Amino acid sequence: MAVSKETINTIAQLARLEFREEEKARFGQQFEQIIEYFNALEAINLDGVEPLKTILDADINVFREDEVKREITTVEALSNAPKHNGVFFKVPKVIG
Amino acid sequence: MKSYISFRNDLEAKKTTCAEAVETFLATIAAKQDLNCLLSVNAAGARAQAAEADARFSAGNPRPLEGMVIALKDNINTKGIRTSCGSKILETYVPIYDATVVERLKNAGAIIIGKANMDEFAMGSSNENSAYGAVKNPVNPEYVPGGSSGGAAASVAAELCHAALGSDTGGSVRLPASFCGAVGLKPTYGRVSRYGLVAYGSSLDQIGPLAPTVADAALLFDTINGNDERDATSCPFTPLNTTSQLNAPLPATFTVAVLPDEQLRGCDDDVLLAYRKVLGTLRGMGAEIVTHEMKYIGALIPTYYIIATAEASSNLSRYDGVRYGFRADVTNDEDDMVIKTRSQGFGAEVKRRIMLGTYVLSSGYYDAYYTKALKVRRLIYNDYKQMFKTADLFALPSYPTPPFKIGEKSSDPLAMYLGDIFTVSANLGGVPGISIPAGTASNGLPIGIQLQANHFDEMHLMQYAHHLEKALT
Repeated sequence: MAVSKETINTIAQLARLEFREEEKARFGQQFEQIIEYFNALEAINLDGVEPLKTILDADINVFREDEVKREITTVEALSNAPKHNGVFFKVPKVIG
Repeated sequence: MKSYISFRNDLEAKKTTCAEAVETFLATIAAKQDLNCLLSVNAAGARAQAAEADARFSAGNPRPLEGMVIALKDNINTKGIRTSCGSKILETYVPIYDATVVERLKNAGAIIIGKANMDEFAMGSSNENSAYGAVKNPVNPEYVPGGSSGGAAASVAAELCHAALGSDTGGSVRLPASFCGAVGLKPTYGRVSRYGLVAYGSSLDQIGPLAPTVADAALLFDTINGNDERDATSCPFTPLNTTSQLNAPLPATFTVAVLPDEQLRGCDDDVLLAYRKVLGTLRGMGAEIVTHEMKYIGALIPTYYIIATAEASSNLSRYDGVRYGFRADVTNDEDDMVIKTRSQGFGAEVKRRIMLGTYVLSSGYYDAYYTKALKVRRLIYNDYKQMFKTADLFALPSYPTPPFKIGEKSSDPLAMYLGDIFTVSANLGGVPGISIPAGTASNGLPIGIQLQANHFDEMHLMQYAHHLEKALT
């Protein structure tokens, strides 16, 4: 199955990535080859098979009390932010 | 390689000190910088920990891993020590907390010597995908060390530490262990807490030890395994002490499942030779060898890469330049800032996997790829359950070829993915697996052989691996 340039553009937009034209061409080719390989799954009879979402026993659920804990400070939470004002993370203007 | 267990004997006989060991390791790290094993060296911290360890030995109250010098793969969070994941996007990221495994190591007296190089976000089989350059194999620097925990495995082989922790999503501990001549264990999914491990494929990821011997790996595993309330997928079981059982005698007979010849066709002759030699040794130890055909062997790689990339595309959406790490220089548009941050911050393989994962999860393809892969995953899981009804162990190669040269496979991503054929099934099925050294290839590089066991049966897996290791040397 061919992966069109439009598909690559749509997927890139969804993934919040952008590529140069030459990257797109090389990438499209590799992408197609890999997707083609993924199609091997079509040969397997999966009638009546339930998807496996976790290998752990589905009956084990994990609950805890919803308690407020003070685990980190504002200073720590902001310590890795590229831009902040001491209270909030700063980003470029979102609303014009 | 420098075994902690023999070092500890020397310590207890007062022939050496932890401070001396740390200085020796730091000198070796400086001398072997060209291998590019470590991305940061915690010299001051390690010296301080060594002083404390020596004091505890003098006072007669050393802890289980007192003075064990450890390198940690750089996707395991360390409070106050940069954790880059081998990526430019986390070049400046300094965690404000320790991963659970780090907390447990420190409480047991281990010394953190540094953070190990890796394929960016653990995506790769050769350690050529690091934003900080490829790692070289200490046995021969023209060759790759395997990935993605290549820096961790190479650090053990190059004697930069006693042992290391890596992470294994599709073979990333077992493969580099085999390429570097070390032992590497991937525990059962849920056995070791993933809290503080930077997520790649959350339903597949497990942290595991890399060490010179099975006994050293067992000591590390014993310390890090066990329930953790901060990881809801960690299992509510009492921690195992595999060390206590390592030397227990094996039963007079036991059953080992092996792959039929036709499923080994893609293997290099050197690997087949090593595999058959191991099977001969197992027979001599009392094993009855039974052939187990992996029914879905042709589906393993597609199933793995669909699930892993799908989970990765979701996990890596958090890197938006807002809360941590690199931000591209865009000041007028928020969306453009995110796109430029991700496009400049991620390397080629990470982008490829995010794109693949976004594709298989996108509307119109979700059922054709993702749902189908989850169904095949159920069949792979069932196949393991069936096999371990009668078999005690499953023995298979760790990798189809001996280590390859740097650059040899890096231009063909699909060819690189296909090499993971013998490791991904353990992650898809959730079972534990260990790679142990099993000889040398004609190119002079190490070959590893893998043993797998039933879910949560690390006790027997480590015991059998320990006995096999002794029988092979």
